[in-house]
Amino acid sequence: MSKELHKKKNYVGRLGYSYRRNLHERFIESILFLSALLSVVIMLAIIVMLVKESVIFFQHVSIWEFLTDTQWTPLFDDAHYGILPLVAGTVVSSMVALIVALPLGTIIAIYLSEFAPFAVREVAKPFLELLGGVPTVVYGYFALLFVTPLLQMIFPELPGFSLLSAGLVMGIMIIPYVSSMTEDAMRAVPMHLREGSYAMGATRFQTAIRVVAPAAFSGIAAAYILGISRAVGETMVVAIAAGMQPNLTWNPMEPAATITAYIVQVSLGDLPHGSIGYQTIFAAGLTLLLMTLVFNIIGHLLRKRYREIY
Amino acid sequence: MQNTAESNQYKSKVKNLSFYYGTFNALKNIDMMLHDKKITALIGPSGCGKSTFLRCFNRMHDLYPGNRYEGEITLYPDNVNILLPKVDPIEVRMRISMVFQKPNPFPKSIYENVAYGLRVRGIRQRAILDEKIEDALRNAALWDEVKDRLNDLAFNLSGGQQQRLCIARALATDPEILLFDEPTSALDPIATASIEELIADLKHKVTILIVTHNMQQAARVSDYTAYMYLGELIEFDETDTIFIKPKNKQTEDYITGRFG
Repeated sequence: MSKELHKKKNYVGRLGYSYRRNLHERFIESILFLSALLSVVIMLAIIVMLVKESVIFFQHVSIWEFLTDTQWTPLFDDAHYGILPLVAGTVVSSMVALIVALPLGTIIAIYLSEFAPFAVREVAKPFLELLGGVPTVVYGYFALLFVTPLLQMIFPELPGFSLLSAGLVMGIMIIPYVSSMTEDAMRAVPMHLREGSYAMGATRFQTAIRVVAPAAFSGIAAAYILGISRAVGETMVVAIAAGMQPNLTWNPMEPAATITAYIVQVSLGDLPHGSIGYQTIFAAGLTLLLMTLVFNIIGHLLRKRYREIY
Repeated sequence: MQNTAESNQYKSKVKNLSFYYGTFNALKNIDMMLHDKKITALIGPSGCGKSTFLRCFNRMHDLYPGNRYEGEITLYPDNVNILLPKVDPIEVRMRISMVFQKPNPFPKSIYENVAYGLRVRGIRQRAILDEKIEDALRNAALWDEVKDRLNDLAFNLSGGQQQRLCIARALATDPEILLFDEPTSALDPIATASIEELIADLKHKVTILIVTHNMQQAARVSDYTAYMYLGELIEFDETDTIFIKPKNKQTEDYITGRFG
């Protein structure tokens, strides 16, 4: 009986090899692979370009001078090529931003994830995301025309351009990124862990701080790293509100250029291609890339060290 | 007078307890006595409300909106209905601990897991913590296995060890009632046997209420058994009576496997 059945064509066909399905599957696989490949290729292309152009720059300026000179005046007759003032501007403005964004973002995330009633969360989340959708140039004007005058009422000696004002507004801008990712990480912590904590007589706050936050550590670390990268790479706000003068200072009350602000300034200017002044932006860009790369590596290591095990 | 007698023999009295998830009536007019320093098992088919009932004892349902209790769970010797809104659920949970279905250690060291309940009560002195933690781990039959690695992450323990850790965590605060919600359903038979043995030992120290899917488990460990069905308490008696001579036909059918 069964032999007869197997002889019939349709039964053989069922265990056969579907050429069409296989091809279809391969096609989809290749599309997915190519998309993944594309992002890697673009990343490599950016690095190659930055390194190649930077090599030309470093043939004229020694790396030692680049790293230790305390002046950045590539466009002056008396040219100095010390990246330190730009790095200082970047670090100070980012620090101010992070002092605002990390604590506030975390507090908002804890509130939304652990305390807020459903209705509040449903309203608050879209508003926060809207905050992240405001164009950065608007934030720049907000800093220059609103926050700076406000700060000048408190600190009358504050100049019209300052790292403080730019950093504060940049911090507000970054809050949604930090809070949204932190909240996602905290909400991903399974309920049975929270219940375990409540069952021990813990309050909501104790549960959030002692159980949920440690359990979500790697996600929170990722949120912080993203926030840091955004602060370091942010351009518009600092270009508008912090001034364009390279200034080696650690005082947020002073105006200073960041790496990004300098790159914008030169890119928009009319420096001839291939001039040493023009090449500086590649060296500056490479510096910026290395800075964010360091943060990303730290983030990756943290995530590996404390990956979530529920 | 009656109250004194009750408070000697009983740890808690459940009177006319109903519970609602929103509009769904999950528990219907339950009356039951919880015997002091005895093990009471709750059995019944899935969805009969036994976990819901268990979670009323530590007001776990307060964590989610839309839940409502009716009736009383009176805790002795206080003679207070712990379901009253003016009773702080945190105070209740400080005295009535719970062990869950799935081992749920916190992302902390073994030591800090057991210390958790003490720390949330504000106990900081290292000497007290050390002593309480050693006692709790000994009572949970885990001390010998972990005493040399108290600072290891709790996740590195096996499933059975994690569950015993959760029991130690619940014991560290000297609770009066210990609630078990199917504590062995995620464990292998050997780990299950050790947990059952542990539960049987613990009844000298604490009143135990245990939800179980496994009737043999109820027969093995408990002194009293309650059979529940569709949110109602069908029969409650000494375990031997329930398993040998149940009064109710429904209980008998369930026990003998003709149903459920």
